[in-house]
Amino acid sequence: MKKDRRVKPVNRRDFIRRGLHIFSGITIGGLTGLLFSKSSSEEMVWQLDPNICVQCEKCAVNCVLPHSSVKCVHSYSMCGYCDLCSGYLQPGAKSRDTGAEHQLCPSGAITRTFVEEPYFQYTIDEELCIGCGKCVKGCISFGNGSLYLQNRHDRCLNCNQCSIARLCPSQAWKRVPASRPYILRGDESQRYQKG
Amino acid sequence: MRFCSRSAKTVFLLVLCFLLFLPSMNLSQTQERFPKPDFQSGYTRPDLLTPTPRSQLLEYLDVLVLLVALALATYFAHKLRSRRKLFVLMVFSLIYFGFFRKGCVCSIGAIQNVGYAIFNSGYAVPLTVIIFFILPLVFTLFFGRTFCAAVCPLGAVQDAVVLKPTKVPAWLAEVLGILPYIYLGLAVLFVATGAGFIICQYDPFIGFFRFGASFNMMIFGASILLLGTVVARPYCRFLCPYGVLLNWMSRLSRWHVKITPTECNKCRLCEESCPFGAIKTPNEPRYQGSKEKTVKSLAALLVMLPLFIGGGGWIVSRLDESLSRQHFTVSLAEQILLEERGESTVLTEETKAYRASGKPREELFQEAVSIQEKFRLGGWFLGGFIGLILGLKLLNLSVLRRQLEYDVDTGTCLSCGRCFAYCPFEHVRLGLITPEEAAAQGARDPEAREKNENENV
Repeated sequence: MKKDRRVKPVNRRDFIRRGLHIFSGITIGGLTGLLFSKSSSEEMVWQLDPNICVQCEKCAVNCVLPHSSVKCVHSYSMCGYCDLCSGYLQPGAKSRDTGAEHQLCPSGAITRTFVEEPYFQYTIDEELCIGCGKCVKGCISFGNGSLYLQNRHDRCLNCNQCSIARLCPSQAWKRVPASRPYILRGDESQRYQKG
Repeated sequence: MRFCSRSAKTVFLLVLCFLLFLPSMNLSQTQERFPKPDFQSGYTRPDLLTPTPRSQLLEYLDVLVLLVALALATYFAHKLRSRRKLFVLMVFSLIYFGFFRKGCVCSIGAIQNVGYAIFNSGYAVPLTVIIFFILPLVFTLFFGRTFCAAVCPLGAVQDAVVLKPTKVPAWLAEVLGILPYIYLGLAVLFVATGAGFIICQYDPFIGFFRFGASFNMMIFGASILLLGTVVARPYCRFLCPYGVLLNWMSRLSRWHVKITPTECNKCRLCEESCPFGAIKTPNEPRYQGSKEKTVKSLAALLVMLPLFIGGGGWIVSRLDESLSRQHFTVSLAEQILLEERGESTVLTEETKAYRASGKPREELFQEAVSIQEKFRLGGWFLGGFIGLILGLKLLNLSVLRRQLEYDVDTGTCLSCGRCFAYCPFEHVRLGLITPEEAAAQGARDPEAREKNENENV
């Protein structure tokens, strides 16, 4: 490489170039230092705050995945185990029949099982849940609010810019540390209090 | 027993609530309307499963893969000078960073995380993202853009479709070359004001990596790939914001790949080999007479430079209203204002949600105004930056640099290694031909021989 230089071993242009090279190196070093001072060793993940969520149903369609990573979760500790569940049954359903025409869930993802008189357990099948939040709305409107939406991290790709978050009308989405990746309700909300 | 008193009460409550259904129900999202049941049958509540995110270790694995890929790319380009090995590595990167990691995390997008961390004190940028941002820059500062050659998945997907590259006219390439600077500036302005990550939003290839995106983005990505068959790597050259930083670093790189492993005899064989137009051809030294004119225009441009900066800043700072509309808060405030004035009769989801939250309107308007002010100030910087780049481009064009032999343009060269095989001295290095035969290659071309002779005189 040195052979190619015809005039002098170090000419003016090379000198400036080398100076700028060192300057850039220092700049990158400084920037790295600045960033490290503002960094966390922890990864950040996306989560929606169920207390801000308005159940607009956009989570179901705005995710980049063909099946949204947002699913309905159920806090059993808050559930009233009602026979007449407003998260399970269509408003105006004439009977507490489990027929599809009476169910609120468009994909039939909620199963109702009898526990004991007069209580019923409602279980979400995440494979079927599309994250629309219709049941959440029903539960919040007339029930205890034990059904709510959460971003499920076994499905989420953790995009740098979450496309659901960008279009969320109530801006309920935020980045949370990966060690506390859920914003839970009921007794489960204690789960991340320690860490 | 079926219609016990609880159920009857429930039905009554349900009917009552139906009559009084209000959209602002979410104010009281967790109300214990029904007491927790007291089970007699020994029933235990199922546990709420909370699957954890991808393990931190795997994030560090990504960093390790990045480091190894960068080191290998540099080794292949500089030491082995093997286009084939670079191509294999490129395909690996496309599969790993593209299809396996679905294009996230990427160095291009990391610009925004870095910008966001600098301008917003509340955001802690993850270590892995910092490394993804810094590492390619450091490698480029020493070895040139080997990252672009074989590590970046966005580059790889375009490189794979380069079928029949045509030469983009130099003036057009110069003009389009300004776009990445504008894109970079806009992206930084948007993260600084908290308006979102536009590089991720308009990433043309992420849809292919994930096998799904919005229709418009799929069309955008497909058209860029289609264009990429005739114009090599259009995104890298004329849009990529990270390419701007890599370009700067690469210009100052300590070691950069060269077309020839030893010497150049101006045989012109490599002249058309670069699909990216990154080869500098030797020019005639023609200083006689025109030097004074060059100096004059140079001085004029230097005087004009502050005007460019100021003018650019003024123009872009005027765009604050339309730019700030991209920010959620500003567009929400505007919509609310429209609704209050009765100009918009249909309530949007956003305004409904805002009204339901019960926050005072003045607070929102105040926030929107302060964001708009940020956009105005940021506009001055962005415009000044664009003006500076324009001025420097013009300066660069007006300065005639003496180019003695065929060499890569270190700024735009992607170190892809396509040109190596065209050089006869590369064939000598590989032991395919003798040095004499290589020298004869240069002599075979009459124009080059003429040039050679001129130089010797």
